[in-house]
Amino acid sequence: MQKRLVLNQQQIQIILKRFCHQLIENHDNFENTVLLGLQPRGIVLLDRIVKELEIVSGEKVPAGYLDATFHRDDFRRRDFPLKANETKINFLVEGKKVILVDDVLYKGRSVRAAMDAMIAFGRPQKVELMVLVDRKLTRDYPIMPDYFGIRVNTLDSQYVVVEWASQGQPEDAVWITEKEKK
Amino acid sequence: MSQLSTRHLLGIKNLTEEDVNLILDTAENFKEVINRPIKKVPSLRDITIANIFFENSTRTRLSFELAEKRLSADVVNFSSSNSSVKKGETLVDTVNNILSMKVDMVVMRHSSPGAPHFLSKNISANIVNAGDGTHEHPTQALLDAFSMREKLGDLQGKKIAIIGDILHSRVALSNIFCLQKLGAEVMVCGPITLLPKHIESLGVKVELDVRKALAWCDVANVLRIQLERQQIKYFPSLREYSLYYGINKKMLQQLDKEIVVMHPGPINRGVELSSDVADSKQAIILQQVENGVAVRMAVLYLLAGVRS
Repeated sequence: MQKRLVLNQQQIQIILKRFCHQLIENHDNFENTVLLGLQPRGIVLLDRIVKELEIVSGEKVPAGYLDATFHRDDFRRRDFPLKANETKINFLVEGKKVILVDDVLYKGRSVRAAMDAMIAFGRPQKVELMVLVDRKLTRDYPIMPDYFGIRVNTLDSQYVVVEWASQGQPEDAVWITEKEKK
Repeated sequence: MSQLSTRHLLGIKNLTEEDVNLILDTAENFKEVINRPIKKVPSLRDITIANIFFENSTRTRLSFELAEKRLSADVVNFSSSNSSVKKGETLVDTVNNILSMKVDMVVMRHSSPGAPHFLSKNISANIVNAGDGTHEHPTQALLDAFSMREKLGDLQGKKIAIIGDILHSRVALSNIFCLQKLGAEVMVCGPITLLPKHIESLGVKVELDVRKALAWCDVANVLRIQLERQQIKYFPSLREYSLYYGINKKMLQQLDKEIVVMHPGPINRGVELSSDVADSKQAIILQQVENGVAVRMAVLYLLAGVRS
């Protein structure tokens, strides 16, 4: 199977640092800002950013995990329902600036579902999207990230795989692979 | 896996251990949903569910209806007392008439054991058994197991005593199947006349002395005396039953541990449970009711989620 490395550990670390500085630039002291990681894979990136932000700015930004399984638009269109993950949000987003964090932006459908799910916690003042990888040619919905690590041209016949050392992989990395033909 | 092995929930007996765990895990997600400021998700918005109740119900019916509404399903309610069933219509005809109005799922309670099984062979919609006579009440067993798991963690090796009218109780049977699948040890306790013959063949312990049962267990799931199902007298009087089998605060205080007290409702205060027990911190009766909505949401979501 063909496999191409797009980002290595060092590049990912540089991107995380850049994300932190961009956030500080736009959100000052994070007084009215919260971060929401999208389950299941966005939460690893979220945890890293929260940790990095604490080092860079000294601020501990309120953060939560958001699961959008029950808001997806492909329910009953799959062979079986997706297993839900934990939503852990100990605050309301009413009037807040929310930054949604995910690893890969592909069709934009998960982000649409996530925005729907987020509304259950209040009406935010503003919503931004931060992704590590933006797959720019595959979007189904008019959704664009406000912050992205790398923008890649990919086909539907390819996967973008994000690996994290914290999840037992040898090191942090982003790969593009070909889907196996059925 | 995130798929049930069945397209109907007719009873716990035919579910696998994975099915039970999948429902309980999914219910945890739904419990978080129903504690949000906005308690509704859009998952079942293109689904219509008929609640068909041929027998009285307060909690189960309300709980199912709330679960359906929290999942954004369209709901129609039917009770036999003011319907054409009284004019002699058969069960299959009644349900087929409802289904021809484009109903996707049926939640049914019926006084005859096996009624939902019979229906599942004759109609195409998903069926959820909300209690069939003295046979099974699967969602009650699932919410009981969920509540126990929430309180005690993993149920492997935990000791659960089911106390009261085992003979007429569908909750008892579903509880036994469900708890055994989760690895718990189960004991039934009640007057000998209210214990089914050969109940020990299900692999449960049998105890006649309620004090010994309480001393043995981690959880006491106390059942109501179902007078409406008793055609003959199984014990001399309610007062005598209460004297021998009623659980009061003093009995719990005499134990060397704090056990959890559960009851599927409705409680007959002063018969199976005294008020000071029913209202105590050890009793999780109202948590059971709250969990019932989450568990029923999980069941409906998982059954409806298969490609249509």
